[in-house]
Amino acid sequence: MEDLRAVIEAMIFSSEAPLTLNKMKDALGDAAEKSDILREIEEIREEHDKRAGGFVLMEIAGGYQFRTRPDISAWIRKIKGVKPGSLSPAAMETLAVIAYRQPVLKADIDRVRGVDVSGALKGLLEKKLVKMLGRKDVPGRPMMYGTSREFLEIFNLKDLGELPTLRELKELQEEE
Amino acid sequence: MTYEIKLDVFEGPLDLLLFLIKKNEIDIYNIPIAAITEEYLKHLEVMKSLNLDLAGEYLVMASSLVHIKSKMLLPVPEDAVEGEEEDPRAELVRQLLEYKAFKEAALNLGNRSLLGRDVFKREGFPERELDTEDQQLVELNIFELIEAFQRVLSTMKKEDIMEIEGERISLTDTINEILEKLGSEKDVTFTGLLGEGFSRRRLVYTFLAVLELIKLRLIRAYQAHPFGAIRIFLAVEE
Repeated sequence: MEDLRAVIEAMIFSSEAPLTLNKMKDALGDAAEKSDILREIEEIREEHDKRAGGFVLMEIAGGYQFRTRPDISAWIRKIKGVKPGSLSPAAMETLAVIAYRQPVLKADIDRVRGVDVSGALKGLLEKKLVKMLGRKDVPGRPMMYGTSREFLEIFNLKDLGELPTLRELKELQEEE
Repeated sequence: MTYEIKLDVFEGPLDLLLFLIKKNEIDIYNIPIAAITEEYLKHLEVMKSLNLDLAGEYLVMASSLVHIKSKMLLPVPEDAVEGEEEDPRAELVRQLLEYKAFKEAALNLGNRSLLGRDVFKREGFPERELDTEDQQLVELNIFELIEAFQRVLSTMKKEDIMEIEGERISLTDTINEILEKLGSEKDVTFTGLLGEGFSRRRLVYTFLAVLELIKLRLIRAYQAHPFGAIRIFLAVEE
């Protein structure tokens, strides 16, 4: 392998979606072991961090992707000419319940929020942040919901394990 | 006594209660139910007088507050063991704490570096499909199926208006046809199922049949990329 690091960096750079380790291993075949690839990814990440340039390597939705630095977002928004579309508090609360309680039934989300979440849930499904996971094997066969891969991508998450646990949140509240 | 009423839109009765608790600096584990109920009802009245859409949930909460209040007024039976009788407020407190935790979690989520707001990725063309072997098939959801349905519907000729006798199609026949086709071929596309010069009726029946078969878990629908051909496989073939 002429320059494994350059190859991996180019692979990640040229990918539209976060590039997974498995995909890189498939492409590289016998040329590199997974441990080699991971080591090079770590090197690439450190190089970019040290350089303090416009973008950094992030671990997103089980893959790797270059993204711009959060602290310079105002400038990028200007060039993109977009206004960030934000979710309503109702949608965010519904999304939070689904993220932490999945697979979750609509009735359970209703109960936690104390309101009917039909509208918010429909919006989240249409935005593809939430997906149907199938029906629960109980009378009435109600639909179960969970978060999608898009959710991880939009919310800059490596995986669901990266969400702070609810208990941690509680402790934060107590410290305040 | 005057009430200072906050007219922010609340996210529901629990949100309103949490607001009242915070405003009055009340210990959530020891809520003065009578006072809170009074203030809660006052808020409902103002919301009503302003013709705000008062969801039924607010009224349900009002009645459970009154219910808890009346329970607290009842004398504890003499033979009750100390501490055994559950505080009538316990369930409400649990609900409030749970909701509060998720409200915080929602704020935390919103404060993350969101893609398209705080961080950006390189924009490019979606990866082209190479050949069938390399296609990354994504399981379709109901919205994508409906989109596909509407797309085909919009491409149908609309000007051909004439009275014709409706083609007799039954859902069962269409289902069997699809299964038959899948018996001889590994996969078929949605448009392939329709054949040449199909009628609106045929389109609707085919769509319904596909939905029914997916529901019965007999087939699976996949798509390689947005707006690509929808391919249908027998579910058992995996």
